[in-house]
Amino acid sequence: MSIRADEPRSGGTGGVPAALVFEGVSKHYGSTLGADSLDFVIPAGELVTLIGPSGCGKSTTLRLAAGLERPDQGVIRVAGDVVADKRRFVEPEKRRVGLVFQDYALFPHMTVAQNVEFGLDRLTRGERRARTGEVLDLVRLGHLSGRYPHELSGGEQQRVALARALAPRPAVVLLDEPFSSLDESLRAQVRRDTVATLKEAGTTGVLVTHDQTEALSVGTRVVVMRGGVIEQADTPEKVFEQPATRFVASFMGDADFLPAHVHRALLTCEIGVVSTVPGWANSEADVDVVLRPHEVALQPDPNSPARVSSVEYHGAFVLHYVTLASGRTVRSWQPHTVRHPIGTPVAVTVAAGTTPTLLLGDRAITSPPPGSSLKPRPSVPLQLS
Amino acid sequence: MTETAVLAEAGTPKRRPRRSAGAGRPAWSALVVLVAVVVAMPVLAVVLDGLRSLGSTTPPRDLPGMVLTTLLLMLGVAAGSLLVGGGLAWLVTAYRFPLRNVFVWLLVLPLAVPAYILGFVFLSVFDVSGPVQTALRAAFGADVWVPEVRSLPGAILVMSLSLYPYVYLLARTALIEHTAGTYDAARTLGAGRGRALRRVLLPLARPSLAAGMSLVMMETLTDFATVQYFNVQTVSVGVYLVWKGTFNFHAATQLAVLVLLFAVAVLAGERVLRGRARYHRQGSRGQGLQPQQLDGGRGWGAAALCAAAVSTGFLIPVIQLLAWAAGGAARNPGFLADPRFGEYIVNTLLVAAVTAAACVLIAVAVGHGVRLSGGRFVSSAAQLTTFGYAVPGAVVGIGVLISFAALDDALEAAGVPGGTGLLITGSVLGILYAYVIRFLAPAYQAVDSSFAKIPMTLTFSALSLGAAPRRILARVHAPLARSGIAVALMLVAIDAVKELPIVLLLRPFGFTTASVWVYELARENFWEKASLPALVIVAAAILPVLVLVLQARSVETSGKVPA
Repeated sequence: MSIRADEPRSGGTGGVPAALVFEGVSKHYGSTLGADSLDFVIPAGELVTLIGPSGCGKSTTLRLAAGLERPDQGVIRVAGDVVADKRRFVEPEKRRVGLVFQDYALFPHMTVAQNVEFGLDRLTRGERRARTGEVLDLVRLGHLSGRYPHELSGGEQQRVALARALAPRPAVVLLDEPFSSLDESLRAQVRRDTVATLKEAGTTGVLVTHDQTEALSVGTRVVVMRGGVIEQADTPEKVFEQPATRFVASFMGDADFLPAHVHRALLTCEIGVVSTVPGWANSEADVDVVLRPHEVALQPDPNSPARVSSVEYHGAFVLHYVTLASGRTVRSWQPHTVRHPIGTPVAVTVAAGTTPTLLLGDRAITSPPPGSSLKPRPSVPLQLS
Repeated sequence: MTETAVLAEAGTPKRRPRRSAGAGRPAWSALVVLVAVVVAMPVLAVVLDGLRSLGSTTPPRDLPGMVLTTLLLMLGVAAGSLLVGGGLAWLVTAYRFPLRNVFVWLLVLPLAVPAYILGFVFLSVFDVSGPVQTALRAAFGADVWVPEVRSLPGAILVMSLSLYPYVYLLARTALIEHTAGTYDAARTLGAGRGRALRRVLLPLARPSLAAGMSLVMMETLTDFATVQYFNVQTVSVGVYLVWKGTFNFHAATQLAVLVLLFAVAVLAGERVLRGRARYHRQGSRGQGLQPQQLDGGRGWGAAALCAAAVSTGFLIPVIQLLAWAAGGAARNPGFLADPRFGEYIVNTLLVAAVTAAACVLIAVAVGHGVRLSGGRFVSSAAQLTTFGYAVPGAVVGIGVLISFAALDDALEAAGVPGGTGLLITGSVLGILYAYVIRFLAPAYQAVDSSFAKIPMTLTFSALSLGAAPRRILARVHAPLARSGIAVALMLVAIDAVKELPIVLLLRPFGFTTASVWVYELARENFWEKASLPALVIVAAAILPVLVLVLQARSVETSGKVPA
């Protein structure tokens, strides 16, 4: 089956078909759920990160896209062509999907150049040479083309793996935790290089990671998965600032949850008034409020029932654990110069300008839940006796 | 069964679950299943035919005797091997004494002398006309009592001395490798050396001892050449004699079913003895048991014990064979240039080479197929291809005969006059088929352990780079598995050179190999003539033993030196 990237198909925008589309894709392993009715569209040229705790289905998603698993249900498209549905299944070697693994998976018995040429066997010898030189230059390894993988450093091996995957011009490159076997010191540099290379090559990338910082800093979009289900797929900012679920809020960064109440747009909880909620003027509802430690302000206050219960020094910042009157704990980042001793009574407030996320059950809500509306506020407040 | 079975148990870690390119490759899956069917067919044929003909033929008159003899022989050899192999393993592991480091690997050498060679050398020395009894008669008169050498105890003694290295190797691996961390833990919990031994090491070594004994019993069961020197009538001998004497299919088949039952009993027994234990590598890091110095007389006593085992199992027979060959050559210079000798060697090498090539080709195809197709069904089929190693030669042989007979009938029914004719029964094809069934296991184990070292991600990468399965086999899998392929070729070829029962049963008229020749000459007491082909076989068989020695030594170092 020939695969053409130039044919516009559904799921794309502006004439160019989306690089990768999942429509209701499910995969079970026996009774375990690998992926449950996944839907997403990855437009050409984007770099999407896929994140979740282990066993969340992110690797299954990658394997499904690569053709290493056959979906039980649903449709998968690569560059506009259906590669898997009820009737069809395109084998991995016939999909235009590149793979980069955590262990790089370089062929140990081939040189760097031979590794890169492996995927170019349909080209003439001259074309093969040229393309190999091109992608090796792209990752700045042209001078090492005669080396064997074991003669390279970890970072260099990673770049060869990327060059090898890019050589056949895949519609999408899938990167399975590509940086996790690198040293901490090397990782940031290799990550920047990889992102730059993918951008330069104009290749769509899907990067699987379990590192929250990596997911937020690398991707143009972030897909958060749990239990085979997509919890949220959005820009990094949205995912962090407006998490769609309780899980996303706690998984993508630190978060504490406090029971809260909205009454006529005023959000209150144990620590007092948190903020106003625009659009909730005529509502009354019990919710949970998501407090991120960097949004929580502390002020020593001998009258406050809240006490500092533990302090962790993190270098640039100091993390304070504060036990509230109810026994619940909230955390607060303080600059490294601030250190309230354990037992200090502190007043807990929310930093000005914060719009905290509200949860009803485990899902975020942005508009008042049904059944919460009050009668429009009379012009004169009723005096309750 | 072969050294490789030990290799697999002792050397490579147990199979771990692995994901394959689970999308499915019907053609490759079908190939794996086909191989499994072809391998399983003869054994299935034996079972079916045996059940169908139940009661239609009268069993041999001495059947109960045969069963009892088989049972006694197997239990005797198992006990003997446990005593010798387990005892020696304990000795070289727990104690330090003169020459211990040399004995550690010398003790493996008896594996290179097949029982049917050790047996006739033993007889030549201890039988009525041998030097020992002659000397006894000279000293004490013609009526001096000596135990009957050609007897069940004689067979048990010889087979134990030839087979004990299986137990020795597995016991030693268990003592060094599997138990080090646990032993350390026991000692830190306050157990003394003796208590740690009784309560920790021995229970942990039990599965390995059980595995070693089951290997020994399977070898004993499959033999029907050695035991005939000693006039021991086992069920396997019965199969051979009934088939060669009467050509009565059904009677032979029923006996073969009996042999199969024994094999199943051995495997079941191993399961029971092993209990729920598995070959864990947990806690393999650690100091483990530290050998204690044996001083003076006790030290030399230990060395003498080891020397006795190595001498009787290897040195004395090899020296005796060399002496015969040299003596024969000295008296008759033409002795070495027997024209038949060349022919039989060529036969042997040819069969060995073809068997090795066939087994390795199939093993590589199966390994590749499993990797591409995955799935529980295909993996089970791949496992099934290796079960021939546990099927005694007599069963495989009769099964091949029945299968070809059925094929003949089918062809005749389909209108092919004469069926396969003499194409198969009149040629070595039957032998080759039986060899493949029997030796696919060592080939597959060697190839598979190489495949297991190739990360799945490598296969996935190759696929995603557009390489079709055949190209991956040629460019990635085969080159990366080449060490396993080389080992498999060598092991199978050497097993084929040593193999005797299957050739005896299946050889076409006039076809003789080196092992058959040794057997025939030895049965007629032509010791001197038998020495040369026997030496050739020992020389070939010593190669895999050296591999084992290297393995044993690497276990030694990895187990002893903390990384």
